[in-house]
Amino acid sequence: MHFNAFDRYHEKESFIHRLDPRVKAAVTVVFIISNALLPDGAWVAFGFAWLVVLLANLLSRLGLGYTLKRSIIALPFALIAVTVLFSIPGKPLFAFHLFMSDFTITDAGLLRFVSILIRSWLSVQMAILLVAVTRFPDLIHALEHLKVPAILTTIIAFLYRYLFVLTDEVFRLLRARESRSAAAAGNRSGGGVFWRARVAGNMAGQLFLRSYERSDRIYNAMMSRGYSGHLYTLNPHEMKPGDYYVTAFAIAIIFIVQVLGRL
Amino acid sequence: MHFSPIPLHIPDGFLSIAISILCWVITIVILGFAVSKTNKALGEKQVPLMGVMSAFIFAAQMINFPIAGGTSGHLLGGALASVVLGPWAGMLVMTAVIAVQALLFQDGGLLVMGANILNMGLVTAAIGYGLYRGVAGRSKVVKLSVVGVAAWLSVMAGALLTALQLWLSSTSQLEIVIPAMLGVHAVIGLGEALVTVAALSFILQTRPDLLGEDSESAKGSRNWAYVGGAIALIVILLSPLASTDPDGLNRVAMDLGFIQTAQSGSGPLAGYVVPFFKSGPVSKIAAGLIGLLVVGAIVTLIGRGMKAKSQIVNHKSGLATPSATASGYSTANQKPQIKNRKS
Repeated sequence: MHFNAFDRYHEKESFIHRLDPRVKAAVTVVFIISNALLPDGAWVAFGFAWLVVLLANLLSRLGLGYTLKRSIIALPFALIAVTVLFSIPGKPLFAFHLFMSDFTITDAGLLRFVSILIRSWLSVQMAILLVAVTRFPDLIHALEHLKVPAILTTIIAFLYRYLFVLTDEVFRLLRARESRSAAAAGNRSGGGVFWRARVAGNMAGQLFLRSYERSDRIYNAMMSRGYSGHLYTLNPHEMKPGDYYVTAFAIAIIFIVQVLGRL
Repeated sequence: MHFSPIPLHIPDGFLSIAISILCWVITIVILGFAVSKTNKALGEKQVPLMGVMSAFIFAAQMINFPIAGGTSGHLLGGALASVVLGPWAGMLVMTAVIAVQALLFQDGGLLVMGANILNMGLVTAAIGYGLYRGVAGRSKVVKLSVVGVAAWLSVMAGALLTALQLWLSSTSQLEIVIPAMLGVHAVIGLGEALVTVAALSFILQTRPDLLGEDSESAKGSRNWAYVGGAIALIVILLSPLASTDPDGLNRVAMDLGFIQTAQSGSGPLAGYVVPFFKSGPVSKIAAGLIGLLVVGAIVTLIGRGMKAKSQIVNHKSGLATPSATASGYSTANQKPQIKNRKS
């Protein structure tokens, strides 16, 4: 597995890619907060916010539908919010009978449900865009600049750095289990649930020991290269004039979204 | 790459801003403790160890085993991490895992990350370590069975908290979300318990020193037993109460005035911001103030931009000084070099 197999960075030449990662992270978070602040049924503001997302897609040269295609990821969670369809009192729109009980969808419930989904969908698109235009190590560095404690950012950096190594390790373990689990046609291999859970547990324990021992070797190797408890980066992130202008522009746009949501 | 989704990762948009911020505050306070404790207690060696351990938890979540009917179970890891690494380190490790899941894979939102860290990282670690600490020095069988119960309870606690947060954000109805979340996670928790116990028993057999008297795991304060026990008790008492008498819980929240603040779809500013452009002197003043703030922020940023620009010009006029800003941003040209170096 390649070291950046997990990075969602999408290499393109655009000014958004070149923006300071702090700016991109902060604007993304402000955009998501703005979505959460919009009242239910603020269709104009939702539409405008989506135009902003599309524009950001275009300006990043990722193509209009880049984040749209990847945004279905949050959909399964919508199930959790389904109950608001029936629970908020309002004008009944549609009633049906299921599992010995009556369900009535109200207009107020539908309004709330759709609003929750749109807020979530807009937010997840911006988050997808953030990692598509920012290398993950740069993002970690931005977090450090934004006063996230160094110990946490360092752990995250190590997590990112060794995730692909340990994923390879997991694949080896899974392959070993596969190759030892012969099954006759029509029969599943292995014993009952408990037996299978124990095998999975042993694999997790095995992975733990391998990771633990590897971390010792990593530490020794790092010491021999002069590690002193701090990680350095090749990119000396510095805010340029353009970074400030873009932040100002983004705040203005998000303010307009809020105004539209409350007119 | 396939990650089976766990219905505990709340995406953005599903929690009201008041609840999101409340959860962030709680999470930041607890993490602040965790950071200062680990900074004090751990040497520089522990940081790479914790980093690799968080990668371990992330990777261990990929080890799945078929349960029945096409569903599969896998580890969440909060209890296991805190038992083998100690409570504070376990919390930091879980925080890193959840942060990367949200940032890189959009598995869980950013504004609600505080809630996700609280539900899946902090509470699970507290219960897992607390109950384990309570039976320190007992026989292996006692330890393992208590860890099993703790792992199951940790998942239930996360599910209960998630359900309560969704309810307080008026995203779900209490009568439905509590039994649904607790029911699903009672099963997921069984998988968690089995895998955690098996993994821990494997570690006890092969490397007992890692969990022995001198290990990080044994150094946690005795008080953790009380903390873990208390949280576990709350979960045990609240779960049946919430599933059988949701109206009671509704009423309590209503009486405390909690539900009104939390449920207003647009959060704590609702009272001031919603009537933004409607009549009334107070809202006009508020709107004016907010407008002033936004304009002020924009002007400040543009001013800073101008200042940074003049600094760059100064840099360039002094040709001898190599401009760090200019060289640092030619990332497109640098990329091949970086690739070669790392691979």
